[in-house]
Amino acid sequence: MGLLSRKATCNSHGQDSPYFLGWQEYEKNPYDEAKNPKGIIQMGLAENQLSFDLLESWMAKNPDAAGFKRDGQSIFRELALFQDYHGLPAFKKALVDFMAEIRGNKVTFDPNHMVLTAGATAANETLMFCLAEEGDALLLPTPYYPGFDRDLKWRPGVEIVPIQCTSFNRFQITASALEEAYQQAQKKNLRVKGVLVTNPSNPLGTTMTRGELDLLINFITAKEIHLISDEIYSGTVFSSPAFVSIMEVLKDRNLENTEVWDRVHIVYSLSKDLGLPGFRVGAIYSNDPIVVAAATKMSSFGLVSSQTQYLLSAMLSDKKFTKEYISKNHKRLQKRQSKLVSGLEKAGISCLESNAGLFCWVDMRHLLSSNTFEAEMELWKRIVYDVKLNISPGFSCHCTEPGWFRVCFANMSEDTQKLAMQRLKSFVDSMTINSQSHQELKNARRKSRTKWVFRLSFQSFHDREQDER
Amino acid sequence: MERTRKKGQLLSRMATNDRHGENSPYFDGWKAYDENPFHPSQNPDGVIQMGLAENQLCFDLIKKWILENPDASICTAEGVDKLKNIAIYQDYHGLKEFREAVAKFMERVGGNRVTFDPNRIVMGGGATGANETVMFCLADPGDAFLVPAPYYPAFARDLRWRTGLEIVPVDCKSSNNFRITRAALEEAYEKAQSSNINVKGVILANPSNPLGTVLDRETMRSLVSFVNEKGIHLVCDEIYAATVFSSPRFISIAEIIQDMDCNRDLIHIVYSLSKDMGFPGFRVGIVYSFNDVVVNCARKMSSFGLVSSQTQYLLASMLSDEEFVGNFLRESSKRLARRHSVFTKGIEQVGISCLKSNAGLFFWMNMRPLLKEQTAQGELELWRAIISEVKLNVSPGSSFQCSEPGWFRVCFANMDDETVEVALERIRAFVLQGKEEDAPDQKSQRWHKKSLRLSFSSSRLYDESPMSPRMLSPHSPLVRART
Repeated sequence: MGLLSRKATCNSHGQDSPYFLGWQEYEKNPYDEAKNPKGIIQMGLAENQLSFDLLESWMAKNPDAAGFKRDGQSIFRELALFQDYHGLPAFKKALVDFMAEIRGNKVTFDPNHMVLTAGATAANETLMFCLAEEGDALLLPTPYYPGFDRDLKWRPGVEIVPIQCTSFNRFQITASALEEAYQQAQKKNLRVKGVLVTNPSNPLGTTMTRGELDLLINFITAKEIHLISDEIYSGTVFSSPAFVSIMEVLKDRNLENTEVWDRVHIVYSLSKDLGLPGFRVGAIYSNDPIVVAAATKMSSFGLVSSQTQYLLSAMLSDKKFTKEYISKNHKRLQKRQSKLVSGLEKAGISCLESNAGLFCWVDMRHLLSSNTFEAEMELWKRIVYDVKLNISPGFSCHCTEPGWFRVCFANMSEDTQKLAMQRLKSFVDSMTINSQSHQELKNARRKSRTKWVFRLSFQSFHDREQDER
Repeated sequence: MERTRKKGQLLSRMATNDRHGENSPYFDGWKAYDENPFHPSQNPDGVIQMGLAENQLCFDLIKKWILENPDASICTAEGVDKLKNIAIYQDYHGLKEFREAVAKFMERVGGNRVTFDPNRIVMGGGATGANETVMFCLADPGDAFLVPAPYYPAFARDLRWRTGLEIVPVDCKSSNNFRITRAALEEAYEKAQSSNINVKGVILANPSNPLGTVLDRETMRSLVSFVNEKGIHLVCDEIYAATVFSSPRFISIAEIIQDMDCNRDLIHIVYSLSKDMGFPGFRVGIVYSFNDVVVNCARKMSSFGLVSSQTQYLLASMLSDEEFVGNFLRESSKRLARRHSVFTKGIEQVGISCLKSNAGLFFWMNMRPLLKEQTAQGELELWRAIISEVKLNVSPGSSFQCSEPGWFRVCFANMDDETVEVALERIRAFVLQGKEEDAPDQKSQRWHKKSLRLSFSSSRLYDESPMSPRMLSPHSPLVRART
């Protein structure tokens, strides 16, 4: 009998991946404009650091919220004691209103259907515990957030079966890909309990089309399974097309209060939209009261600090503030993204056209020595060690095509971003100088399509220290 | 019906079974309180909440500190410079200053007889999350942990629900003041093993909930040698460590293993600020393990229940204020001692005894003389009477898996002095009334005979946490603000 549990000694947490090399290297040698200008620039961290000034100025104008006060009176005691897993009513109300505002008020949410959790990390894991048994499977479109391997598989024991998406059609989900994934699961004797999508997508930075959402609804209806829509980037949509929530589509198709309505669940968080990952604010929104009841009880294992609930209930109830924040934040994200895109273009690198997220999905296939993941790993190491940029390789996101990388743009200053692009350009230029072999390979490149999930020992690129997305 | 049946298959067994423990009949008391909460002026006949183990006695000290230290908040003018760095800090190691402050606090609470390594401090979503995480690290579904009874009711949920583990109770008896004996441990262990139940360890709370007692050195050494012999784990939930208000002093398991030959890989501590500081809302749970693999695993799992960085920052500042901490711990002990004494002496006057205790936020009251029958049913009847007639929500011993009927846990630190008086009066009146032997009318026998049909609600918490904002002090502005 082992001393510890199987969970403690396996590596389903996914953090033994060799890809944390990038993080390690960054930590050993982090870029600093003044103190370490030759250090590694962190571009693997999907954080929104562009709008803290707006938060800071709100704090300055609202000292009560910060100081455990209401109307000048201290409510420290009440907050310190408040551990009701139903959450602070004022906070939930403010949060659902904020979510509605982000969706252009085309849908509204009922606070009684919302469950607060310690970050989206806890929300996703909790949904697994509620919707699936150990050994069941969930279908996820690739590429996907590496942390899902931990959140869905580790303690709940759920298997992930990929829905293969490719650059042929901008990585959109197709009916045949859905069906193929389902069949693959059946072949492996896995019972499929649902589909989990991230919309807007991490790592693609794109919003799902109405067509894709319709497809998903049709699919889960036919298979009688769940749909989880992780919408934590919904507030980062900075250009058209506008964000379309799964709830909106259900509503438009008059599917409210039907069977499928109960099987759609949304995950939300303030880590990306408000740039507050440290505060651990996540939420599950479900139309099924049984799921809400079970998830609420489970949230005991990871409630949101009442101190934080109170602060944010005040902040998000300030509609003037939320309107200004959403608008300014979008503008800044758009500006920064377009600077990244043009910087990459100057280096002869293109990316997937995107309208959301805190990153771009960058196409470096032409820089690979061969159309393989070994070559991608090679290129990635060079970028980390030589170019000194920590970016995320597509393999870690389970992408089926080698050569794609996720590059973040919202977690650094404009100057740092400029420098990063300069370094990249120099690197590519130097590669072009050795262009002969490069050209040959480019001509010889085959569009091979990798079929099944990779069974290599590393599964996820995941920072051993940070829950980055 | 068809849709309901289908639904049952659609969700997990975990989502639809009862292992969360909240459908127990014992939350009747909560319901009664919820529907009719006591208020000294607005509802003086309401139910007084004595089933909630909260420490509300020292908020004045904390409030003062908060006002004097505006830079501890990242949202005030004095502290807002730190906002950005703290708001983006989601590293599951936790803020260094937070871990250091917590380690120091734990040392202080342990009488400065041990040192705690900040690098072993791992966060959990309250002690609730911490206990669950430890179980996930130590055992597989179907395995079991020995738990000395009576024990905290929500262990049923925290240790078993999502982990798939089982609890094997270790019976403790009033004849020796509910001490944990080696014999009882061995018996429980043997019985489990022979039924093919794989015991992975022992978990207990020290100081004890619901007993309010601390473990003596001998018992602790016996526990350590027991687990070493069997090669199983020992998890000590020390969340009430600083609620010790009189001797004997609290001894942390960390202190015991200092002088013992012991496999440290088997020893783990769970801590929290919910009871000692009175901060259950801040969700500060701590896993402290002497086993490196467990530290690493628990730390990764803490992703599912990290402490808000805003809260980490505030508490790092507060708990490193040594003068404040010293003063707080002294005052808290004093006030707990006083409150404990007021209650225990008060009920002694009417011939009710309690287990001699020196810690916790409650006392373990012996109502056996008032039972019509010395059975679980008898206890249930008495308890219903206490709720509906005496209008006190106290917790019956059976909800703690106590094998002897007639014991009740009574919390004393979650109300003001005025309410204490009212509660005492009610207990006194009830007991004296029950003692009247020649009752011409049915009144004094009423609680024996009345069949009380309190309805069961399936939406209540089964542990210390309040279900609704009304569970807070009736003076709470949050109550009024309810939307």
